[in-house]
Amino acid sequence: MKGFAALFNAVDQTTKTSLKTKALADYFRTAPDDDKLWCIALFTGRRPKRAVTTTQLREWAAEQAGIPLWLLEESYPIVGDLAETIALILPPAREDTDLPLAHWIDTLRALTPLDVPDKKAHILAAWDQLDATERFLFNKLITGGFRIGVSQKLITRALAQATGQDEPVIAHKLMGGWTPETTSYRALIEADDPAADQSRPYPFYLAYQLDAPPEDLGAPDDWQAEWKWDGIRGQLILRGGDHHVWSRGEELMTDRFPEFSRALDYLPAGTVFDGEIIAWDGDAPLPFNTLQARIGRKTVPKKLLKDAPVILLAYDLLEHEGEDIRDLPLRDRRARLDALCADLPKDAPLRASPVLPFKDWDTLAKTRATARDNRAEGLMLKHLGSPYLSGRKKGDWWKWKLDPLTIDAVMIYAQQGHGRRANLFTDFTFAVWKGNDLVPFTKAYSGLTDKEFNDITRWVRKNTLQRFGPVRQVRPEHVFEIAFEGIHKSPRHKSGVALRFPRMSRWRHDKPVQEANTFDDLQELLETYG
Amino acid sequence: MADPVLSFTDRGIYCPAADVYIDPWRPVDRALITHGHADHARPGMSRYLAAHAALPVMLHRLGEIDAQGVAYGEVLQIGGAEISFHPAGHIPGSAQIRVAVGGEVWVVSGDYKVVDDGLSEPFEPVRCHSFISECTFGLPVFKWQDQAEVAQALNAWWVSNAAAGRATILGAYSLGKAQRLMRMLNPEIGPILTHGAVEATNAVLRAQGYALPDTIQVTPDLNPKDYPGALILAPPAALGTPWARRFGTASTGFASGWMRLRGVRRRRAADRGFVISDHADWDGLLQAITETNAENIYVTHGYTDIFARHLNENGWNAQVIPTEFGSDDDDTPDTTESAA
Repeated sequence: MKGFAALFNAVDQTTKTSLKTKALADYFRTAPDDDKLWCIALFTGRRPKRAVTTTQLREWAAEQAGIPLWLLEESYPIVGDLAETIALILPPAREDTDLPLAHWIDTLRALTPLDVPDKKAHILAAWDQLDATERFLFNKLITGGFRIGVSQKLITRALAQATGQDEPVIAHKLMGGWTPETTSYRALIEADDPAADQSRPYPFYLAYQLDAPPEDLGAPDDWQAEWKWDGIRGQLILRGGDHHVWSRGEELMTDRFPEFSRALDYLPAGTVFDGEIIAWDGDAPLPFNTLQARIGRKTVPKKLLKDAPVILLAYDLLEHEGEDIRDLPLRDRRARLDALCADLPKDAPLRASPVLPFKDWDTLAKTRATARDNRAEGLMLKHLGSPYLSGRKKGDWWKWKLDPLTIDAVMIYAQQGHGRRANLFTDFTFAVWKGNDLVPFTKAYSGLTDKEFNDITRWVRKNTLQRFGPVRQVRPEHVFEIAFEGIHKSPRHKSGVALRFPRMSRWRHDKPVQEANTFDDLQELLETYG
Repeated sequence: MADPVLSFTDRGIYCPAADVYIDPWRPVDRALITHGHADHARPGMSRYLAAHAALPVMLHRLGEIDAQGVAYGEVLQIGGAEISFHPAGHIPGSAQIRVAVGGEVWVVSGDYKVVDDGLSEPFEPVRCHSFISECTFGLPVFKWQDQAEVAQALNAWWVSNAAAGRATILGAYSLGKAQRLMRMLNPEIGPILTHGAVEATNAVLRAQGYALPDTIQVTPDLNPKDYPGALILAPPAALGTPWARRFGTASTGFASGWMRLRGVRRRRAADRGFVISDHADWDGLLQAITETNAENIYVTHGYTDIFARHLNENGWNAQVIPTEFGSDDDDTPDTTESAA
């Protein structure tokens, strides 16, 4: 565990990506294979099954520290992380051991069948032989969420450096449904065949927002334009006799969207599509909140399947006739995609996302302006000669999204954030005027600079009117411009509306609170764009 | 019923028997000052009284003031009150103030820490009936490491930066924390350069006889290349500014009790956070309170509600007192020094 703790410290103590990568690469060169595998697993969102509840952890930790439970509970929101809170309050360890990371994970996995007193004995014994950082990491193994400033991209780069393989190859190997329980470092990273796992998706190619005028991209002839749909980016994999559906967040969603099983009726095995899963009425997309009803459900009742059917609007073809064709230029991949989709029946769960013809950039700008009417967020621009790369890259692919909708709202509640934002007020509730009342309609957490968050935190501390647990009602004094991507009706919200991706785009110091927008303004936005 | 020995007013802590205020935050006639930090020693008082050792810094910061000094432990009779100053261990010259009226004793802690930092006059427990205590770090997650261990980590960081050809920039409050750190540094590693705000305080403290290692002030014509392997001590607000960028490739660090929390450490966007505070940690607060033998505890700035509840559950009679203290780098996690 000392090696892993040293890695964590090295990564945590720097803000420089190059130093983080180097520390990870060093670890991948020297650590035992099982530890390396678990390190990769943890930093790519995998973790051992939770063997004890966080309630148990809290109780045992308070008892060990000789403090009442409420004192631990009060400390937690201030620290912002339960694993860290527990590590900080425990008395110093009485032993000093250096057992590998994999040992502690095996210890946790072995807890599952034990009864509670035995579990407790094992956890207390572990705490008593780990130092502060090791304890924090051990607790993190239980509470989950290993977000410590290491992205999958960083892991990929470090593995590439340590093993001498290319980054895209590593990226591909890390995709999909592997678990550290069922593979080994050797099989995952050193084996040559990433396609050994039939369900494995390809790394997604992601685009940056286009900030420059499109004229800078050169000749319109070299570019393909299509709608940027507002759904779930995903891959549909048809291999062997099975199909698999992956989200961009690398979540396996096959069971959630049973519609796609019918793709096998029309399309050959050895085919992988990249596209957008959206709710579809037979001819056009349904609003995003229709799809939302499907997202949270692992199993789908018949009625929902009928009310909110989904299809894949395919953007790209990554695998064709069992062959990885990502290196072909887009125009060739697109030709194959069109050929595959040409004869699909109208009720097939897949169709090619239409290419939007344009002769010059001005015409395309006019098309873009109609995106909301077409239930799209804007356009995607892709160079026709581009291969399908992995990760977010500049140059060949660009998002050209519409400007967001905005409304000026009054801040009425504030709450402290977690983790990096602990001790800082970052989570706010906003309201609009309805007569003399302020009606809350959205929360927002992002968009301000660190300095603005500091300023507003100081202000909140001095202007709290009332406390409701962690939430503070503040003096209605500050107006913020809230930017968002969409608006729709929502019976679950008091205001009757729900916003898509709300964030604070501007602190309107210039605007008196009386001049914030009204509930009628909000209704008008709903009628126009909902 | 007689007046209480001390009462809490909108100008600050007031002693009716002596007609004096302790660390007032609005102008008053006569102010007793625990220490020279800007949230405790404010301008605008007609007369000031403080420990001898605290006066030079106060004069440096507040300019022409009418100030009188008193030795630690010396008892002054002011009106109907006996008043004395006792070391608080917070920074050089800092004091707790003991006020006795007709046999009833109250102590105002000011800011304090119970461990000896090797520079400040060490904290002395003073028995009393009522104790007014700060509780900046009044949560059980705050526990300080031994100063020697932190010093070792600090020097190791400096050594590795020097070996890699990087400058080492350490942010710390310019009165107290900076000088404590200077004493923890090993001057054999390299030169110690200082920001003007730190050096001005150094000069005052050196003139008083506090032993500090040699330092070189950073002036506009100083060429950083002449000082390879240097450690630069600066107020936190100077980090990340053009002033700090002149040193080229650098590793930056902060020294504060808040560095105990990973979230605050990361938000500071410094490379390293060293947990070193001039306030008492959880155990230190409880130790100090126990040693006063006081029954009534009034808690001021910090996690007051939580700390008072804990005291009440453990047999003390504790109350929260709102004050306007709290602006040094240890008082709130995100302050950047403005008063130095």
